[in-house]
Amino acid sequence: MNPTREITLRVNGNTVRAVCETRITLLDFLRDQAGLTGTHAGCEHGVCGACTVQLDGESVRSCLLFAAQVSTGEITTVEGLAPAGSLTDLQRAFRRHHALQCGFCTPGMLMTADALLRESPNPDEAAVRAALSGNLCRCTGYQPIIEAVLDCAESRAEATLRADQRHAPTTSGGAA
Amino acid sequence: MNAPDRTGLGNAFEATASGTLTGAPIERVEDERFLTGAGCFTDDVRFEGMVHAAILRSSHAHARIRGIDCSAARALPGVLLVATAAEIGHAHKPIPIRLAPLPGLDRFLQPTIAADEVRYVGEPVAIVVATSRYIAEDALDLIETDYEELPAVTGIEQSIAGAALVHASVGTNVATQYPVGRGDAEQAFASAPYTRRERFRCHRHTGAPMETRGLVAEWNGSLMRVWGATKVPFFNRGLLASMFDLPETAVDMIETDIGGGFGIRGEFYPEDFLVPWASMQLGRPVKWIEDRREHLMAANHARETECELEIAMDHDGTIRGLRGRAMADLGAYVRTGGGVAISRLAQYLPGPYRITDFACEVMAVITNKTPVGTFRGPGRYEANFFRERLLDLACADLGLDPVAVREKNLIAKHEMPWPIGRLVPTEGEGAYDVGDFHSGLHKALAAIGYERLPRGGTRIDGWLHGVGVACFVESSGGGKSENARIIARTDGSFDIYSGVSTMGQGHETVFAQIAGDELGVPLDAFRVHHGSTAHVDYGWGTFHSRAIVVGGSAVKLAAAQLREQLDALAATGHVGAPAEDIEVKLRYDTRGPTYSYGTHVAHVAVDPETARVKVLAYVALEDVGRVMNPLLAHGQAVGGAVQGIGATFLDELRYDEAGQLLSGSYADYLMATSTEVPAVQAVLLEESPSPSNPLGAKGAGEGGIVATGGALANAVGDALAGYRLPLTTLPLSLDNLARALRQARAAGNAPQAGH
Repeated sequence: MNPTREITLRVNGNTVRAVCETRITLLDFLRDQAGLTGTHAGCEHGVCGACTVQLDGESVRSCLLFAAQVSTGEITTVEGLAPAGSLTDLQRAFRRHHALQCGFCTPGMLMTADALLRESPNPDEAAVRAALSGNLCRCTGYQPIIEAVLDCAESRAEATLRADQRHAPTTSGGAA
Repeated sequence: MNAPDRTGLGNAFEATASGTLTGAPIERVEDERFLTGAGCFTDDVRFEGMVHAAILRSSHAHARIRGIDCSAARALPGVLLVATAAEIGHAHKPIPIRLAPLPGLDRFLQPTIAADEVRYVGEPVAIVVATSRYIAEDALDLIETDYEELPAVTGIEQSIAGAALVHASVGTNVATQYPVGRGDAEQAFASAPYTRRERFRCHRHTGAPMETRGLVAEWNGSLMRVWGATKVPFFNRGLLASMFDLPETAVDMIETDIGGGFGIRGEFYPEDFLVPWASMQLGRPVKWIEDRREHLMAANHARETECELEIAMDHDGTIRGLRGRAMADLGAYVRTGGGVAISRLAQYLPGPYRITDFACEVMAVITNKTPVGTFRGPGRYEANFFRERLLDLACADLGLDPVAVREKNLIAKHEMPWPIGRLVPTEGEGAYDVGDFHSGLHKALAAIGYERLPRGGTRIDGWLHGVGVACFVESSGGGKSENARIIARTDGSFDIYSGVSTMGQGHETVFAQIAGDELGVPLDAFRVHHGSTAHVDYGWGTFHSRAIVVGGSAVKLAAAQLREQLDALAATGHVGAPAEDIEVKLRYDTRGPTYSYGTHVAHVAVDPETARVKVLAYVALEDVGRVMNPLLAHGQAVGGAVQGIGATFLDELRYDEAGQLLSGSYADYLMATSTEVPAVQAVLLEESPSPSNPLGAKGAGEGGIVATGGALANAVGDALAGYRLPLTTLPLSLDNLARALRQARAAGNAPQAGH
């Protein structure tokens, strides 16, 4: 028999514990043990990005990690992006721009783009294209995905600007 | 639409003006589940007691099976079943042809599992079922196979020569051979002042959807249920039932969410028998999910063709005739749609031009490679590249402007319908229905700003600029009928059931738009069900860009009938939703295909030192008759164009001389990524609504890809005009282009330094 061990992971704020073979990938653990089937297997050798999740906020390929390797980190999957019944502004931008057709690459795209916008809130088109270059999409031609990410970034920047204006002191010399 | 009725179709279907829902860029109702990870793709289907299959595949291109020892695999804990042809009595029941049964093809059908001989790397040899996929794959490693290698056939010419036979008992590698044509090509060529002949080659590549193939089969003693069906579930149900000697009613094919189709997914493959068979043996649900390596070696390949093509012209560029020889490499067996691409290739060689004299010898051969099927725009992409490239080569010879020559030869609007003759032996006479090809050309040129673009090898910062144009026409609306069923519920909602399938296009949204306009109710009143055999009496599925043209027409007419019934109810004084469910069932029969057309224009810059190509601008224009939802139609056009741009430069399934697949992973099979493709400008016209259906629609799913090879090859050829490259071979990969440049320099065809 192949060696097994108890694996405990933090996924979307919950603790998931299961006894599995040590060779179980993070991808298969998430899908089969945690029941989170939004993370998809596209190539299982780290090229296509369909299995992208976030580990402590950074996008990683869940097909290239063993579940047993990541027991100290916080994992976020597509199911953890927005509370049930709601969509984040990034997800809404994807819908508005028709940035998904078959939807199979979409969770990976979202996890990569979400991490990008956290790290780099105002990327230009080249930066978005570069960030998403590890996620294959066979339907959309990428263009609407790029547009959605840029649109989301702009909306956030505008919202921040409005918020700053609201909170800005009305007389000069207030905040340093 | 006041032109005299020359179609013979009558004016029964005057296209209706767009309603408030159809024609509007409405966001998709499908999206929420995909954005939240709540989609249900095939691998997301789970059952209590479900077990997992893996397939042992041939590691040889051609070999005799001397023996298979499964004892160690069977002894592995967790293994429930190991079966080879010896255990599967049905093994020799071949998978029949679904489309394009060209003469001779049925001698090369694929068995569901190899019995005595393997004929391509990847052919199924054994199936293993275990309690987990991990254990099933462990067991594959324990199966001992004893092969006696046979000579492998890996090229078209080698196959035709016939020194080695792929199927010895058939006695030839030539699967089909037939002439097609119209007019008198021989006469046209005999009297033409200019002719040019070239041999073209299109590379082997494939659709490669992001979700690999897969299915879950469950036999409960009387009913076989199969999840993961798509494309043609009803056809596949009939086939599976016949293989098990079951009535069709004992088989249900159930569609899941599908991660892309592109022609290759959803045809009946060996695994579509093997997995249900295993479920029957075990009495448990069995899941099989293909891995990517398997996908690249076992799912349908496509496109590999060669063509000797010759054009006859007057000195002013008037095309006098076209003739040639088109050859396809079908791989080791003829699969369900193996004959489609080569027959369409021959049909679309003359394209949108006024070529009255045309002749083509068509040939398809068997080799020791993965069998082929269809890939988006089957035959059209290949034919378009061959013809459009030849046109530009002829223009260069004669010193003529490629745009002016296209304008001169495009079939004019007033010449429609334009008879194309009988160019496919399994079909009758055809005719392009309606179209303004010239308008498409002019609007595509305007969209890219053609007049202002640097071209003809203009050097800017070391990069040579070029512009390429390709015009196309292609059919849509295949399959003779479609069923629709709509039920008005007592709560005011509606259920729409359709016999078409969906692989991500957004039919749930578009069908609701169409029915919503007929019934005058909002989008959220509808639930759309599709793709499963339980929904309607029969369904023809989704291929040949038929889902809207045929399936959407059925929905529209069914909704109109339902509206009449609801109106009659209202006339009795009834207010609000009906007191009982009201159901309308309708079968819509098509009047034959309709033809989309358009023009692609590419602007590229090429570095002649490194052979690197940058696509700076790309316009894909297509007249699709009527746009149901511009957001989705643009998505199809842009996505198709990018798939074609990527394929023209990158995608390639390569084999060595022994028939080993060299590009069996995504590290070797290169698909376009976000940094490699340009922003495509898709232009959709509605100038020529189809007279063949009540929506006025033409297919919108495939035109985006059709002219990519032709437009890009012409653009690169224009940029490298000083090198006089023939560019008769795809892909335009770095390797191929660098080699062509080296050869041009060696032949003294390079421009002088400093130019």
